[in-house]
Amino acid sequence: MRNSIRLLVASTLLTPALVACGSSGGTPKLTWYINPDNGGQVRLAQKCAAQSGGKFRIATSILPNDATSQREQLVRRLAAKDSSIDLMSLDPPFVAEFANAGFLRPFSAEEAKGFTDGVLQAPITNATWKDQLVAAPFWANTQLLWYRKSVAKEAGVDPTAATFTWDQMIKAAVQTRRTVGEQGSKYEGYMVWINALVASAGGSILDDPQAGADAKAAIDSPAGKDAAVVIRDLSRSRAASPTLGTDTEEQARALFQSGRGGFMLNWPYVYGAAQAAVKSGDLPKSVVEDIAWARYPRVRADLPSKPPFGGIELAIGNYGKYKDTFALDAVRCITSAESQKAYMLDAGNPAARGAVYDDPDVIKLFPMAALIRSSIDAAGPRPITPYYSDVSTSVQREWYPPSSVNPDRTPAKTAALIPKVLKDKVLL
Amino acid sequence: MTVTAEPAVERSPKHRRAATTDRVKAENRLGLMLSAPAIIIMLLVTAYPLVNAVYLSLFSYRLTNPDQKKFIGLRNYVTVLKDSLWWQDVFTTLLITVLTVGVELVIGFAFAMVMHRIIFGRKTVRTAILVPYGIVTVVSAYAWFYMFDLQSGFINSWFGLGDFAWFSHTWSSLLVIILSEIWKTTPFIALLLLAGLAQVPEDILEAAKVDGASAWQRLWRVTIPNMKAAILVAVLFRTLDAWRIFDNVFIMTKGANKTETLSFLTYRQTITRTAIGLGDAVGVLLFLSVLLIAFIFIKGFKVDLSRVRGG
Repeated sequence: MRNSIRLLVASTLLTPALVACGSSGGTPKLTWYINPDNGGQVRLAQKCAAQSGGKFRIATSILPNDATSQREQLVRRLAAKDSSIDLMSLDPPFVAEFANAGFLRPFSAEEAKGFTDGVLQAPITNATWKDQLVAAPFWANTQLLWYRKSVAKEAGVDPTAATFTWDQMIKAAVQTRRTVGEQGSKYEGYMVWINALVASAGGSILDDPQAGADAKAAIDSPAGKDAAVVIRDLSRSRAASPTLGTDTEEQARALFQSGRGGFMLNWPYVYGAAQAAVKSGDLPKSVVEDIAWARYPRVRADLPSKPPFGGIELAIGNYGKYKDTFALDAVRCITSAESQKAYMLDAGNPAARGAVYDDPDVIKLFPMAALIRSSIDAAGPRPITPYYSDVSTSVQREWYPPSSVNPDRTPAKTAALIPKVLKDKVLL
Repeated sequence: MTVTAEPAVERSPKHRRAATTDRVKAENRLGLMLSAPAIIIMLLVTAYPLVNAVYLSLFSYRLTNPDQKKFIGLRNYVTVLKDSLWWQDVFTTLLITVLTVGVELVIGFAFAMVMHRIIFGRKTVRTAILVPYGIVTVVSAYAWFYMFDLQSGFINSWFGLGDFAWFSHTWSSLLVIILSEIWKTTPFIALLLLAGLAQVPEDILEAAKVDGASAWQRLWRVTIPNMKAAILVAVLFRTLDAWRIFDNVFIMTKGANKTETLSFLTYRQTITRTAIGLGDAVGVLLFLSVLLIAFIFIKGFKVDLSRVRGG
């Protein structure tokens, strides 16, 4: 929240400045709607505009902090055929909805080749709708298990063991009177957690998600039940954050960095953020030295986990003036391997192109680069459906608050709700 | 004793038409022409969206799936009225409205009395009381949110509440929302009541005092009856405002833990879910409920909006 305010202030100060300093007469202006970051996208925009040799300039416009509000603003504008959206940074689960509504300019097979060359499979799958690439993978994300070495040692567990499970982790945290940080607020991040658990247990939330309003719910299954057991067990144990029901990524990170931190499931940005906190004197160095990482824990000991998938896909608005010309050039520049590496080093967000992970500079800053890459490869994406937002909200409605989750009833109730929501038979 | 001056009896429209002369006609025409621009703009910005919303509420229509727009008559209304979420939100909104308006009326009356009677530092006190009303609701919502938030708030450490998560329970979330709402809008009621108080004739109060009425009796028998109209107008305005509460809920809980209100429900169906048809049905029902409240006040309690100043 505090971050979002800072970003809001920064954005209101920055945007006019950017527009103003580039007002060199007739140079075509591309507007790129970006999700808030540390300024990395603004710097990429400047770099790519400079590289174009004066053919175009790029102004950035910052979207709200959370994924749901970002989608809201873009949908509202695109439904009104807003021609000012040339480029947009889009959360992967919303690509299908936008593409299905005709908001995105699809790429031809030839164009797509350049955008997918050497790119990991998960971001490509999530940027594809009806066999056509509709967005260029920009960066990819996944969650890792972050833990305190001292806590794992005290509990006598090895989180890096291939079969380390949620159950073992919760017990270790309870035993050491530490916590397991998660995102349990009623927002997209909670859906990320639920989806990862269901996928890791070998199930899925929807059957045939591409069918849109006719998709069937698949969450009323043994996998759905296993996922519910994990959430119930954690939320009712002493290992849960006292504010689990309102925790987002940042609250989980604050808890993990505090004296009660033990384990945390979170995106890789937390590592850079913790180091920055040491630099600014907000965190003792010993805490960062105590932090280690492992792959997302298993739900069932006999099944490999399927970590969450996230990131940003870069799409071209279908109503922009330059959608077939400069916008394409800009996307090529912003998603090039070189730009992705620069962005990973600058903003701490992992690249979509595989080769970046082998770069020595990247490995130096992200000692866990190989783990991030393999986790993205193994990730279980959220359902790819034009009704994703409805599906997510339905799941959140039935599974919230985390402490109310009942393995015998919650998945079944969710499965009953989803089809009604998809057909507008209930309020949501 | 109640001293409420009756307004001059208005001539009925029929009577007026009978007495129409050319001059009156010309004046009427001029009046219409002068007010026409305002009326046209009013129609454009309020009537058009309203009619459009009613029209769209008869369709099954998704903003992101415009090809499948389908006329379904009143089925959206049936869906809404049969949904327990709607009734839960009606209850939540009603609860917030009754509690905030009730408490605000009492505190607001006390503030109005203070502002009315104070002799020293009158301007300072009046300004201090009115400050919260001048703050943007979103800003005050954030202020209250951060006060009670576990990580940035001071409430828990002041009162030794430890890890109590205010925004993880329905009742505590609602309490903070209601407190914030009361803090923010009590000055509004106080201001309207102050206008009413100023209209209570001093000589009647003095006469009552001479007759031996206690302060309590003077309050209930003289002051309040004489400012009934001001009280009802204040309550009506605040009720309509509270009934449409959005900002505090949006900032503090986003409707989690059964704290969702009707405005927020409308917002989520239309904007978040892009279910335009269903969302507009909720919006139209919300509008009708506002009309109903206004109707009950104006007909039931005989509020005369032209007599805000306490008769």
